[in-house]
Amino acid sequence: MNPNAEDRTQQFLEHLDDGHMVEADDWMPDAYRAELVRLIRLHAVSEIMGTLPEKEWVPRAPTLYRKLALMAKVQDEAGHGQLLIRVAEDLMAPRGQNREHIMEDLFAGRQKFHNVFHLPVPTWADAGLIGWLVDGAAIITQGMLLGGSYAPYTRALRRIVEEEAFHIQHGESICMALAEGTAGQRAMFQDALTRWWPALMTFFGPPEDGTARSAAPGAAHTSHQAANLRFRIRTKSNEELRQRYLSKYVPRIRSLGFVIPDPTLKQDPTTKVWTYQPPDWEQWRAIITNHGPRSAARVNLRHTSYAEGQWVRDVMSATRKAV
Amino acid sequence: MAVDRYHLALTELLMQLADDDLVVATRAGEWLGLAPHLEEDVAFSSIAQDEMGHAATYFSLLATIHGGDRDDLAHLRPTMARRNSVMLERPNGRGTYRDEPHFDWAYALARHFFYDTLEIARLDRLVQSAHRPLAEAAAKIRREERYHSQHHAMWLRDIARGGAEYRRRLQIALDRAAADAVDLASVGPMAAEMETFGLLPDASHLGDDWRARVVQALDPLGWSLPPLGGTLNGRHGEHTQDLTLLLRDLGEVYRSSPGASW
Repeated sequence: MNPNAEDRTQQFLEHLDDGHMVEADDWMPDAYRAELVRLIRLHAVSEIMGTLPEKEWVPRAPTLYRKLALMAKVQDEAGHGQLLIRVAEDLMAPRGQNREHIMEDLFAGRQKFHNVFHLPVPTWADAGLIGWLVDGAAIITQGMLLGGSYAPYTRALRRIVEEEAFHIQHGESICMALAEGTAGQRAMFQDALTRWWPALMTFFGPPEDGTARSAAPGAAHTSHQAANLRFRIRTKSNEELRQRYLSKYVPRIRSLGFVIPDPTLKQDPTTKVWTYQPPDWEQWRAIITNHGPRSAARVNLRHTSYAEGQWVRDVMSATRKAV
Repeated sequence: MAVDRYHLALTELLMQLADDDLVVATRAGEWLGLAPHLEEDVAFSSIAQDEMGHAATYFSLLATIHGGDRDDLAHLRPTMARRNSVMLERPNGRGTYRDEPHFDWAYALARHFFYDTLEIARLDRLVQSAHRPLAEAAAKIRREERYHSQHHAMWLRDIARGGAEYRRRLQIALDRAAADAVDLASVGPMAAEMETFGLLPDASHLGDDWRARVVQALDPLGWSLPPLGGTLNGRHGEHTQDLTLLLRDLGEVYRSSPGASW
């Protein structure tokens, strides 16, 4: 880095520390741009891939009302993907890249998406649980990111968080119907909870205290976390988010009479800190690097439809202004 | 007795309306997350939701006339009791929405264009229906359908301008959709009663009206309406195995615990 760039970076950091926001056309250090691109691409692709597990349940949703509500929810996720991919495209433009590069990276296994979207959704209760407990986790992350320094991302997040609040109501309503339902419906939810709990515990990523640094990818993850905190792209650590999540949802789940499959899970009455069985971070790494049970199938689903829709995009680019 | 015939004709009509929208919405919903680009995914999903919403409205009206619960009527009736057009039950392409979805966007457009044109022609009549709750529902639904028509018109126009290869692709899709569409604009065995009782005014000209509207849209773009085909008539309860499979999916959870609240 030449001294001039170093000065500019120093000024940029001071600017952030004073609480200023950054716009797309403002000067920014390469490292800041790179961290943003990495985070927003991950978020955008997670929204796009996140449509697939739940859409499997749209035709099978048990009532007309549930079919309608789930369709609306999945549509919102696609809309979030669209919103975010535009924010990412603006940041990638100086490198001459756009959404096609993101999709190609996804198909080539170079673009990650969130661990929860690599998993199977075998029952209706799983679909409800995603709406309630996965979206509940997402809103905690996104609520934190609202305090970030990059203005276009926080503007998109404001709209997303507003819609996510509806999704949680939708998911909670499905889960409450099961909780208040027949023995079979309750058992269906308990099974889903048992299946999803490990994924929920890894949702926020590894802690930054070094306990998950045994392998290189974890260390990389932790250094991104530190960089994002310094750049005020994020304002809380993974572990802070997980603690907040547990405080919000564990009492709720237990009050419904369901059993969380971690006998060691407890909150210290004085410090309010939750202790839990350490999740299997090796398995988490395997999942987010596309070795999850449904990773290949979902990427393939998206890849097939993308490839076969190429002629439609060709028609559009030949006949319409850019959208 | 006239009252019974009235009741039967109204039930038949509402079943056709409800079943058409339920099936088309289900097929459209299978495209979720798989449309050719993100913006279209959102737009097409809106259409699927509108159709599902209309299905819910018609099933509610049907429940008040026929008796029973609207979700029972939507989820439990067997294939031969369904009154939707056969064209609407056909799959989106090879594969399924869960595995290897080789869906055909041109076919989706062709089918929706035919169906939405029918809906507008039908709704233009239903707003005058002697069954007041149906007339009121139709007025509301017709406002949304205009947006669907604009959406498909835009795509047809773009494809027409796109060049010979794309034009040919759409003609193949129009041919495929038309091959199952012989029952689309028919209203089944109680057509005369639907007209006489004013439930579906001018029911006897619905087919001609639909055809005229389709030709009027296709002709300036250089496409023709292929001959309508099909040996089954959905309005008589005749359907393909495709509908049986779709219904199995549709009612899978609902049937799993009869009487449960979801």
